[in-house]
Amino acid sequence: MKATQLMIVAVGGQGNILAARVLGEAALAADMEVRMSEFHGMAQRGGVVESMVLMGEGKSYCIADGDADVLLAFEPSEAVRSAGKCHKGSVIITNTAPVPPYTVALGKTQYPDTRRALEILEGRVRKLIAFDATALAVKAGSPLSLNMVMLGALAKSGAIDLSADLFMQVIREKTKKTFIDTNLKAFEFGMEAA
Amino acid sequence: MQHLLLDQPNKKILMLGNEAIARGALEAGVAFVTAYPGTPSSEIALQFFQIAQESDLYFEYSANEKVALEMAAGAAMCGLRTMCTMKHVGMNVASDALLTLAYTGIIGGMVVVCADDPFMFSSQNEQDSRYYGKLSGLSILEPSSVAEAKEMVKYAFELSEELKEPVILRTTTRINHSSSVVSLGFLPERKTKGAFVKDPSSYVCIPSVSRNLHRKLLANYDKALNISNRSPWNTTEGNGKWGIICNGVSYGYVSDAITEFGLPGSFRVLRIGFSHPAPDEAIRGFIDGCEKVLVAEEGEPYLEEAVRNCAQKFGRQVEIQGKGTGLFSRLFEFDPALVKQVIAKYFDLSLVPALPIKTDDLPEAPPRPPNLCAGCPHRATFVAVREIFGDDAIYPTDIGCYTLGVLPPLKMGDFLIAMGAGVGSAGGFARATGRKVVAFIGDSTFFHSGLSPLASAVYNNHDFTLVILDNGTTAMTGHQPHPGVDVGYLGLPHTRLSIEQAVKGLGVSKVVTVNPLKHRKMIEAVREVADFKGVSVLIAQAPCPLQERVLPNYRKKQPYHVVQDKCKNHRDCVTKVACPSFYLRDERVFIDPNRCEGCAFCVQFCPENAIRPFKQEARA
Repeated sequence: MKATQLMIVAVGGQGNILAARVLGEAALAADMEVRMSEFHGMAQRGGVVESMVLMGEGKSYCIADGDADVLLAFEPSEAVRSAGKCHKGSVIITNTAPVPPYTVALGKTQYPDTRRALEILEGRVRKLIAFDATALAVKAGSPLSLNMVMLGALAKSGAIDLSADLFMQVIREKTKKTFIDTNLKAFEFGMEAA
Repeated sequence: MQHLLLDQPNKKILMLGNEAIARGALEAGVAFVTAYPGTPSSEIALQFFQIAQESDLYFEYSANEKVALEMAAGAAMCGLRTMCTMKHVGMNVASDALLTLAYTGIIGGMVVVCADDPFMFSSQNEQDSRYYGKLSGLSILEPSSVAEAKEMVKYAFELSEELKEPVILRTTTRINHSSSVVSLGFLPERKTKGAFVKDPSSYVCIPSVSRNLHRKLLANYDKALNISNRSPWNTTEGNGKWGIICNGVSYGYVSDAITEFGLPGSFRVLRIGFSHPAPDEAIRGFIDGCEKVLVAEEGEPYLEEAVRNCAQKFGRQVEIQGKGTGLFSRLFEFDPALVKQVIAKYFDLSLVPALPIKTDDLPEAPPRPPNLCAGCPHRATFVAVREIFGDDAIYPTDIGCYTLGVLPPLKMGDFLIAMGAGVGSAGGFARATGRKVVAFIGDSTFFHSGLSPLASAVYNNHDFTLVILDNGTTAMTGHQPHPGVDVGYLGLPHTRLSIEQAVKGLGVSKVVTVNPLKHRKMIEAVREVADFKGVSVLIAQAPCPLQERVLPNYRKKQPYHVVQDKCKNHRDCVTKVACPSFYLRDERVFIDPNRCEGCAFCVQFCPENAIRPFKQEARA
């Protein structure tokens, strides 16, 4: 069976790499083959962070345009940027809270109308789930738990073959002790939102 | 315990490629590791930096890749198993030593990890380092997966000791920065003490010795070729008439493509993992069964040339293609779709292409260029130098975070090629134009390769200003220490070299050290060094705010905000300073308190004194 190809896109500092790690650990715990690659060149300096997670048989570590079965976007304009990775059967799960790049913040470029863009995208893929995940992360106790909110939504969406219980087990075992409660709460908020 | 020291054989662990490489070395009993950091290799060194603090393994961040290689060579001459890691361009720096180390050979196994970066995710070029095999005569191994990287490193040590030569492990970013499940092996004890047996007629490369050693190297090449020809790292799959020869990550794309075409019986694949010396007999045997052959490799046509040579040597007429119009490019990374498409075209197969959804009518995502962080002292340095010289001066720059100074509005950076080349080229620009030249270099880069060009500039009476941006760390690659950093807080020795003393020792008579975040003092300092005729040095010293956070006794500084009823919207802060913590809302300037580092640099640009710390405002 062809591998499920999942792409995570985010802005530096949003916790993309840890989210991919939790996914990978969950896949390992489920005894599923998993291959991942990450790109975070100068992410701490405001750039885009990409993770690719391929679950199932195969040997490639990366995802070509039109091949992503799931696009998990931690920021709406990043969902728009990477939409070309999706095909008509894809599931897009995106945060709607914008993180404008400094060029927008300084009025040098325009931030796109992401609400409109997501509406268009919704008609082109199998399913699009969009919600303010940042607000839920704050509600869970820390904006840093955004990645766990997104994973909660992913687990609930049914787009991948890993149970929510398994995710929660990995969150308990592999995330920082002081954050476990917040992370679990954030994960549950994400599940409720999806 | 450092996680790679887990002694549970057969346990399956999710690992980054770079962790797998480090674990492979540990399973081979590596005792001595050296490195200069560089993406995508840096995480290998990080593992050993941590492991050395809790074991008898020796690790050091050397001042540059050449020193790192020489350190490892010294220990390997004494029989220790050693590893030296670097990015591809670091290999250029180390190559001077490596090419003659190939003559002397080594006693203990020595593995040189060279991480190439196709597409230049974080590099200034995308050179294909496999040609170092040809240049040096040394063997090269190339893994195709994370799990294989670990096993291949173990074998590399054995091969190195069999040949008594260093072995190069060549990776690409898509191996270094990929993760997969790896099964742990045994962790043997390390041999950490060696002995040196003097043998000048084998180890001192004067011409009369080297003439013999070159002969020995060539004989060793033949031996390595023999090993390569029967190496289990060169694997053949399938029995079809269509041949594909590939290496590294391309193997995964080829393998997945064949599965997708559903034609496993039509293809035959030769995956070359032992790529130098290229296994000519194995290649001949492979192409003999093929109607036509495609070579799938990122980068230069290294294997393609080997396959064509082989066909010519053995008088074979089979069609061989690789790079070329409509086929593979020498540019950038491959991906599964691209490889599938080229296979379909070359073997005339119908392809059901992936169908990306339509996106051209979507509003465009804004560019997200990396930027100097909030609170970064480099920004302050650039603002001050630009204030004095504007566009009149020529600004050769160097490799590090401060390379980002090239972006507007700072626009500080006119020439960038290599570590140390900012200083090296400055005299050339000055002599050729007679214009003011201000070169930039970071603290780690200064110790890496800034010392000799500075000595040369002083001796040759050049006229330029060198600004050393000293933020107390190798920030760009993940905050590694360098000779100017005291790592005593980690329980390591407090050794720290003074940049100012080094500069003075090299004969620079005009040296000023200043904190660039204090703008008025910085401006005075820039003027002072700029007016000096000859080589002058300004050391702009203030810590990297990201690094500061991990230091003991760190206390977050109070963030600032814009007092809205004082702000008259001049926007000097935004246009001159351009800190990423500023944002505009309803045409007014605000500061994001979560991003502001409290450096107070922008405060010095507000004519209305409207930028205040939160606390002070609360009191008022």
